[in-house]
Amino acid sequence: MFDGETPRETLGRAVARLLHLDFALLGGLLLLAAIGLTILYSASGEESAMLLRQLVRLGAAFAVMVLLANLPMQSLRLWAPWVYGAGVLLLLLVLLVGDIGKGAQRWLDLGVIRFQPSELMKLAVPLMLAWYFAEKPLPPAFRHLAVAAVVLLLPVALIVKQPDLGTALLVASAGLFVIFLAGMGWRYIVGLLVLAAATAPVAWHYLHDYQRRRVLTLLDPERDPLGAGYHIIQSKIAVGSGGLYGKGWLNGTQSQLEFLPERSTDFIFAVFTEEFGLLGALLLIAVYLFIIFRGLYIAVRAQDTFARLLAGSLSLTFFVYVFVNMGMVSGILPVVGVPLPLVSYGGTSMVTLMAAFGILMSVNSHRRLISK
Amino acid sequence: MPSRQAIKDAQLEQGLFLRRLLFVGLLILLAFAAVIARLIDLQIVNHEHFTTLSQNNRVRLEALPPPRGLIYDRNGVLLAENRPTYQLEVVPEQVRHLDETLAQLGELVAIEPSDVDRFRRMIRRRAPFQAIPLRLNLSDEEVGILAVNRHRFPGVDIQARLGRHYPLDAATAHVLGYVGRIDERELARIDARNYNGTSHIGKIGIERHFEDELHGDIGYRQVEVNAQGRVLRVLDRQPPQSGRDLILGLDIGLQLAAQEALGGRSGAIVAIEPQTGEVLALVSMPAFDPNLFVNGIPASTYSALRQDRAQPLFNRALTGQYPPGSTIKPVIGLAGLEYGVTTASRTMFAAGYYTLPNDTRRYRDWRRQGHGLVDLDLAITQSSDVYFYDLAYRLGIDRMSEFLDRFGMGARTGIDTTGEAPGILPSREWKRRTQNMPWYPGETIIAGIGQGYMLTTPLQLASITATLAMRGERVRPRLLRAMVDSGDETPQWTEREPLPPVSVRDPMFWDQVLEPMVHVMHEKNGTAYGSTGRDAAYMIAGKTGTAQVFGLGEGEYEEDEVAAHLRDHALFIGYAPAESPRIAVAVVVENGGSGGRVAAPVARKVMDHYLLNGHPDDSPNGRPGGAM
Repeated sequence: MFDGETPRETLGRAVARLLHLDFALLGGLLLLAAIGLTILYSASGEESAMLLRQLVRLGAAFAVMVLLANLPMQSLRLWAPWVYGAGVLLLLLVLLVGDIGKGAQRWLDLGVIRFQPSELMKLAVPLMLAWYFAEKPLPPAFRHLAVAAVVLLLPVALIVKQPDLGTALLVASAGLFVIFLAGMGWRYIVGLLVLAAATAPVAWHYLHDYQRRRVLTLLDPERDPLGAGYHIIQSKIAVGSGGLYGKGWLNGTQSQLEFLPERSTDFIFAVFTEEFGLLGALLLIAVYLFIIFRGLYIAVRAQDTFARLLAGSLSLTFFVYVFVNMGMVSGILPVVGVPLPLVSYGGTSMVTLMAAFGILMSVNSHRRLISK
Repeated sequence: MPSRQAIKDAQLEQGLFLRRLLFVGLLILLAFAAVIARLIDLQIVNHEHFTTLSQNNRVRLEALPPPRGLIYDRNGVLLAENRPTYQLEVVPEQVRHLDETLAQLGELVAIEPSDVDRFRRMIRRRAPFQAIPLRLNLSDEEVGILAVNRHRFPGVDIQARLGRHYPLDAATAHVLGYVGRIDERELARIDARNYNGTSHIGKIGIERHFEDELHGDIGYRQVEVNAQGRVLRVLDRQPPQSGRDLILGLDIGLQLAAQEALGGRSGAIVAIEPQTGEVLALVSMPAFDPNLFVNGIPASTYSALRQDRAQPLFNRALTGQYPPGSTIKPVIGLAGLEYGVTTASRTMFAAGYYTLPNDTRRYRDWRRQGHGLVDLDLAITQSSDVYFYDLAYRLGIDRMSEFLDRFGMGARTGIDTTGEAPGILPSREWKRRTQNMPWYPGETIIAGIGQGYMLTTPLQLASITATLAMRGERVRPRLLRAMVDSGDETPQWTEREPLPPVSVRDPMFWDQVLEPMVHVMHEKNGTAYGSTGRDAAYMIAGKTGTAQVFGLGEGEYEEDEVAAHLRDHALFIGYAPAESPRIAVAVVVENGGSGGRVAAPVARKVMDHYLLNGHPDDSPNGRPGGAM
């Protein structure tokens, strides 16, 4: 796939191998970060200070990635239950003494840094479940699925209580992917779907009026055109007016004239499509697809169940980020606070994301070490 | 099967994993196909439409706040209305230099620093194109000045809005409560969508309790505006849904008569229709003008109200807690009959004081020489303390507090407004819980005449009076009589809400305590005969009471020697006509002194107004032929 290399490329690949990095994945991520910084410059109103802060965060995140890429799978597997246990304890701690940031209890103030234990769970839950299923005969028996359900639901419930629905959704899907990839029987899957569909109306019946209103506004933001609906209306105008070729970099009126709220964070994809059009969006989607499928390819080639399940789940969680964000911005999914990975401004989830890619790279290099 | 389950089959697991991954891979492609399809839909198919929208992103949505529901009294007299007021509004997005503009506007009309603070807080919460009120309630003169200078300020506009107004001002303040500007705490509680265009919310009273019903549903209009934010034309309109109108059981004529009957003294009057529980009058004096609070009360006026020793902001009728004093005697008498510790015919010698067996402490009667030989009838008619000290001793605190509890003593009535206090019904358990002390026998004795720890609100007293009038039938008191949906003429009547009734072993017991209450008013030796009952045109059943403000110990005091604010509270409860009650009244006159001389005549004026005036179409059963 990379035939006809120049000597410089070979050098780069040599360095990458030495650092246990996956060259293809690294290339995709760097390209993504570059695209992200480009559009962030526009979305921030050409503010270089913001760009610099994002650059520092990216640097830190890539450092974490390199660190984890060099961690052998065996250690990761050994630590899995401990990381999970510590994560759950920290979540409980947050609920008890957590700092109230942005109206919800998510943060743990450690003096120097503020730490969000729910972020850790995005890695800890798939780690723990992969560790659990690694020893079990697959497809898993019912009792093993029941244990897995508890392992998954406990942290998710704690995160929902914070309340942080976006993170809860990502943690839940990371766990569900492990269970699904482990081979949970189709009849259980169908059964769960039927059960969920059946209990929804009952749960609805027990909700308070104001809770129902919130759910309705979430599902149909146009109900509230000056509140939650304002985001989505302005976002659709930005995307739609971009057209095929876009209005050009720094020329998006929706974003530059500040009609679009949260344009540098959750709604940055709207700025991107306004300025670079459908063609730009297709390119961005292609980059994301490349990264996702490269991750899945690493999962397929992984050598044991633990690595395989973990790599599969982490790649698929990355997909969920991208899909939920793009779906929200284009108005086919409800507005949930999920950033566009490596493009949205902000650091909390970026470190976790890059740590996941570090683990993927470790899976890859670990295999090669044995086979060679 | 079992052998396959027991060991791990690497080959099989890898195959399974691969199949699952293929499935998910397909889903991923489908998901991105959906996103791309949506992008094509937005960016290619509807590109023209969105380009137009973005070019004219001057198409605005404006919130249309719903008109607040009106409040009427039972005869259709308007108690709370909406009046057009003019306010100064600013669209932040349209103003280039906000600070400068605010300063210049401040030279034209008075703008308080608090106005500017509130304005700046709201900027952060509303979309930049939404008009934000800067000054409310502009005078005609101010409107004129601003209109002339209008051209100098793009993005600044004068808007006519509907503002709350209470035409009867102080007379309804303690019943209706008032609305005021939405504050931070309320912002967190309300449905932000529905309150998008609303600036005011019910703060206390009826306005607060029925906020959801009164508020209505927001509407929107889509307008095209030019670069200065001036509306060029209305594109679309979804009208708001007005709030529901409330019809109260209140009789405003009676309310005003009651207020006047208090004659400038501090106190409270509550009148209830016993059959329905509808509150006919609810007076707390002194009161205040609720219109002051609607558009933000000046700090100086507010602190003057707060510091007024007469406490005009305090709702005595609902929140004021007073010892019931002797007004509780008919209920204690009923308890004595029910538990068989006394009978109507039992007599005792009531001296000027009472002592517990083996105790030297003297519990004095209000009449120094005592009442002589008394039975239950005479004990109520003349309000013998000694008879009830003895009765309380025979009942004991447990049975007494259990029986008072059945009447709703010491518990919120659950009336449909805010701020009701519960009062206190003392019991062994209550004292242990609140003071961690045992109950002393002496406390039982004074509880028998409604003194000691016992506290009640005027509303609670009126409700207990209604229960007496209905011979044990209980109804929850309520202010709301009916609600009317906007655009609909048919009122939805509020259901009468019965409470668990008070039942006694023998219905005769009711007569044995209610007849003495008629004697209080209409027999020569009754405590309210001379002042009130003598010349009444109908029969009243009543009971006077005097509540000590001040611990008197064993001594007595001469009224004239004690400072006015330490004098006893004068109380009265009563209902009329005695034979078929139509109104139950409770009166508290703070520091009024004697219940018979001061509180009873007030109640009589209220009853007269209700039974003799203004009800020509009602049946004349309130006018007895003179058989007294």
